[in-house]
Amino acid sequence: MNALNIARRDLASYLYGYSAWLIIAALLLCNGLFFHAFALGSDKALLSHEVLHDFLYLTWGFSVATAVLLTMRSLADEYALGTEVLLRTSIVSDGQIVVGKWLAAMGMVTLYTALTAHMPLLIYVHGKVSPAHVLVGYLGVLLGGGVAASVGVFCSALFRNQLAAGIIGGIVAIYMSVMAWIIGANLDPPFSEIVSYTALFNEHFVPFLEGRVATGAVVYHLSVTALFLFLSTQILHGRRWE
Amino acid sequence: MIQVRNLTRYYGEFAALQEVSFDLKVGEIVGLLGLNGAGKSTTLKVLAGLLAPSLGTVTIDGKDLHQNPDVRAKIGYLPEDPPLYTEMTVTAFLRHIGRLKGMSGDRIEARLPEVIRLCDLGGREHQVIETLSHGYRKRVGIAQAIIHDPALVILDEPISGLDPAQIVEMRKVVRGLGQKHALIVSSHILSEVSATCDRILVIGRGRLVAEGTEAELTAHGTGGARLRLTVRGDGARFEAWLKAHRHVSAVSLFPAVAAGLVTCEVTLPADTREELLGEVVAAGFGLRLVEQASDELEQIFLGLTRQTNR
Repeated sequence: MNALNIARRDLASYLYGYSAWLIIAALLLCNGLFFHAFALGSDKALLSHEVLHDFLYLTWGFSVATAVLLTMRSLADEYALGTEVLLRTSIVSDGQIVVGKWLAAMGMVTLYTALTAHMPLLIYVHGKVSPAHVLVGYLGVLLGGGVAASVGVFCSALFRNQLAAGIIGGIVAIYMSVMAWIIGANLDPPFSEIVSYTALFNEHFVPFLEGRVATGAVVYHLSVTALFLFLSTQILHGRRWE
Repeated sequence: MIQVRNLTRYYGEFAALQEVSFDLKVGEIVGLLGLNGAGKSTTLKVLAGLLAPSLGTVTIDGKDLHQNPDVRAKIGYLPEDPPLYTEMTVTAFLRHIGRLKGMSGDRIEARLPEVIRLCDLGGREHQVIETLSHGYRKRVGIAQAIIHDPALVILDEPISGLDPAQIVEMRKVVRGLGQKHALIVSSHILSEVSATCDRILVIGRGRLVAEGTEAELTAHGTGGARLRLTVRGDGARFEAWLKAHRHVSAVSLFPAVAAGLVTCEVTLPADTREELLGEVVAAGFGLRLVEQASDELEQIFLGLTRQTNR
């Protein structure tokens, strides 16, 4: 309940402020342009599920970016304004603070993904895709956004400066999206397997792209999210002892 | 009852607080006095639950604050710069803080009018905090500290940045709060502590160097007192009478503030104020005003902190 109180206020702050809307509008514009250029504007004829594949691929990336850009201010902003005092002197536990921040960010990531719904709707109207495939793809997008939001909250807890939080969060997100995939491919076993396993997109999002709910992938996403939320909680707890 | 026992706080190797112990009770306003860097803010942050102590305990009604996070519901804290979500209206903000303090919706709604009245925020309830003046923001800061009706209210420099009219209003608010809560107010403005607090804790280099009422500290610091007496009568006669008095060691005559009135400042080597004042009246001087010499507390404070710095 306490986490929901924090999430509710943060969500209202996102919705009544202009910065979250600017981020969402800019990323939606990019998402739409990329969808038009790469998925719809391809030189060769694509099957509907291939267009959906491209859409989900792009939306995953932009949702991750949305999550990182929104969460970079979540706790860092509280430190900057001194309002973390309100949270840390209340009966709310450090874990509830972190979860509340994450839930608010997830509300905005969900809003972002919902605003992309016209694109799969276009594919559905003009082509032939299963609604279940779209929904499973969106589930993967939200799980990826959840991981990115937890990384963002973690960086925001770690750095009192939101720019530093954003930069480090971006680096971690790029590592999980692209770098781990590339680095893993260029290493020898067993390191290649270890690094590749951390590649969120290539290793763990592909089943959702294909319309499959893979239990392992779901567990991986949830575990990484929980890990970063736990680490964020530990940072807040540690601040009482600084 | 709030009990602070052997509170010690290190920042790395540096001991910001060392074995500080004191008690507070509901209905009492206690001033925490100290120079910059003496450990006032650290004391308040530990009392508020914001920082954990390295050693020692803070207990409220027998429960340790740092072992039982729920005890934080019994504490209200206003830092020097009020922490506010400035995009919210006053009431929306107070409702949010009430929920964070574990209050039910009904309890918040029942409590809000009283808090608005206590903090003199009437007419500003629906105003966005961003548009409020500094003085009103301080009041909202106090309102968030008391919305949950805590046993202990901690105010860090509540008058800093306020203009003289706002200071007078803030004193009224602080005194009002002192009737229902245990209040600890930090300040480095001695006259402020003197004007609002029942008891004073003097902190120097992280240690509690003195504790007591202003009169007790005065007696402790100088062994006596300095008073300013205004009487109706002949100035030269009053001065001569004081100089001859057995309890008085020094007298200075001040310019007359009004026709027929005379003011003298006297130094008493021992705290014999009651005897002296009784004899002034018995001698036929029309006693109009008795004031503690304005720099009295400053002298004691400097003396105490100098002893600590040695």
